[in-house]
Amino acid sequence: MAYTTSQPQTGGILSRLGFGARARKPAAQAEEMKRVQFTSPILPYVFLFPQLAVIVIFFYWPSVQALSSSFYIEDPFGFGSTFVGMSNYTDALFSSEYQSIALFTAVFTLLVTFFSLAIGMLLAVKADRIIKGSSTYKTLLIAVYAIAAPVAGLIGMMFFDQHIGTFVKMMSYVGWNMQVGLNYYDTAFAMVVVAVWKQIPYNFIFLLSGLQNVPVSVREAATIDCSSGLRRFWTVTLPLLAPTAFFLLIINVTYALFDTFGLIDVMVKDKPANNPITLVYKVYNDGFRGNDLGGSSAQSVILMIVVFVLTIFQFRFIERRVHYN
Amino acid sequence: MAAIDISSVGKIYNGGVRAVSDINLDIRDGEFIVLVGPSGCGKSTLLRMVAGLEAISEGKVKIGDRVVNEVEPADRDIAMVFQNYALYPHMSVRQNLEYGLKNRKTPKAEIDERVAEAARMLEIAQYLDRKPRALSGGQRQRVAMGRAIVRKPAVFLFDEPLSNLDAKLRVSMRGEIKRLQRRLGTTSIYVTHDQLEAMTLADRLVVLNGGKIEQVGAPLDVYHTPASTFVASFIGSPAMNLVKGEIHGDRLAIGPGLLSLAGFAPASGAVTVGLRAEDMRLVPAGDNSLPFKVEYAEELGSQRLVHGLIGDQPVTVAVSSEAELASELHLSIDPSRLHFFDAENGKRLAGKAPAATAAPVAGKIQPVA
Repeated sequence: MAYTTSQPQTGGILSRLGFGARARKPAAQAEEMKRVQFTSPILPYVFLFPQLAVIVIFFYWPSVQALSSSFYIEDPFGFGSTFVGMSNYTDALFSSEYQSIALFTAVFTLLVTFFSLAIGMLLAVKADRIIKGSSTYKTLLIAVYAIAAPVAGLIGMMFFDQHIGTFVKMMSYVGWNMQVGLNYYDTAFAMVVVAVWKQIPYNFIFLLSGLQNVPVSVREAATIDCSSGLRRFWTVTLPLLAPTAFFLLIINVTYALFDTFGLIDVMVKDKPANNPITLVYKVYNDGFRGNDLGGSSAQSVILMIVVFVLTIFQFRFIERRVHYN
Repeated sequence: MAAIDISSVGKIYNGGVRAVSDINLDIRDGEFIVLVGPSGCGKSTLLRMVAGLEAISEGKVKIGDRVVNEVEPADRDIAMVFQNYALYPHMSVRQNLEYGLKNRKTPKAEIDERVAEAARMLEIAQYLDRKPRALSGGQRQRVAMGRAIVRKPAVFLFDEPLSNLDAKLRVSMRGEIKRLQRRLGTTSIYVTHDQLEAMTLADRLVVLNGGKIEQVGAPLDVYHTPASTFVASFIGSPAMNLVKGEIHGDRLAIGPGLLSLAGFAPASGAVTVGLRAEDMRLVPAGDNSLPFKVEYAEELGSQRLVHGLIGDQPVTVAVSSEAELASELHLSIDPSRLHFFDAENGKRLAGKAPAATAAPVAGKIQPVA
């Protein structure tokens, strides 16, 4: 499934960043020194086998399965399948329903990534400046992250509950009759808010530690060179945060595309139709609810390609502007 | 260019820890002042208060004729060179130099001109398009200097700028800083814990200890007439020997030895005596000499440092490397080269010449010229 294909990629990014741009150079040197000679040429592969087996069984095998079944129409009762060529793809790509869901997914990803990064950044910058009681403040902000994701999702949903939702009540005072689960845009709004809310602590932790890695003396030099705090942030702090921000950008895009699945499920599962869903949810819906395995596989292959292209784009065009120490 | 007036300045950190207390210092326009002292003496704190990186808890700092207590660092017309260079790692050398000027809306033509001039002065023109990480420590230090120079500020502040360099580079950069400061004539405050750097750079030295000024003066004045045992032991290498002695009339007893003071006695009774290693001479045994038990010697090439004991007090003597060593030697010293300090509070007692900052008990007996 496309859901799983994102995993090896993020893992690769993590290890590429190696967490700590500082550690990069010594690590490279250490690598040179640590090169081990094996007596038997097979031995290293024996050691690698468990890891390779996991990757093949859980990542590549399903991908190949998805790819092959995307060219067939499967009998819903499992009695056989018919080769149909590319028609699963054309059916998906040219249906107006698929296109509108794709559009929503794009907007949703954009909004969630932007707001969770921007708010996380704002909180991190503010928390970084606090002198008194800073650890309490930081702990309070990070604590949300320690709550298990489904619980956090549930709490988030409660804000938008039709009967007890604080947010719904609040909005009713300004004349907005929110109907999450009934009104397309209200549901979309709630989805974005809860998805952003869940992701903020994660971004906060990384950005805060990134900020604390900016050398104090560099910031002090900047306060002598530039009197505007905002300008200092844009010209000195932010560029030095770029490696962290770039890493988070990829993580957040992946999160918005795939990891919001559970959240969307909680929100729309038992609701009438005409609610916004993302492409991943549609893959699940068509495959497991609609029993259209071929169409669902075709969609997940399309998603795989999208993620693949997106990742290449990010590394090609954005990482180039990122400065690693 | 500006004079700096530091009056009654103190620093109390959150939680009531006092780092600096009651500092009064008048710095003339164009003067090179070095703040020197052991770590934790408050020298960096004082510098950072002038820079505006630390709030001033007490007193006033004036740069030119403006009180800058509440002025933002960027508006104080200062430039600072940091110990770890603090270059902006994501900017090229040229961008590093330009950054402060751009933020001050300096016209582009003038920025280019100043950067080119500073690059020529510091011989970093060929590195202008490199990133700091591609430079060596010495080159980074030059860029940090360049960043200060292009700004043409009223005051240069140096926070231990050479302590990350190797010994040889430190000596050459030291000379370069002195030369640049002479040439530009910019008022400078320089913080260091290295007394040699302090001696060689300063127009005036400020020796700090425990957040207070111990002595202010020209390097040689401080060297020849240290105001306290602290200054005596801090300035000069090897450190001045400080031993317990007793003055009886015109005679000074140190351990088993007796010296005639020839009228230099500033007090009577117990005193702390300061003996510079290079002021002592080897003499044949006899009256008016101090018996010296040799423990070991250090060869420095041009001279030899002999460590040993007078009575039970450790003393270091500098002798020429040809001098013959025995296990027991005798030392003599010109009484005018003795330094006397109060045995209780360590303040200087007038001995050879009046101290720059008068010690409380000084002047009881005036030194004979």
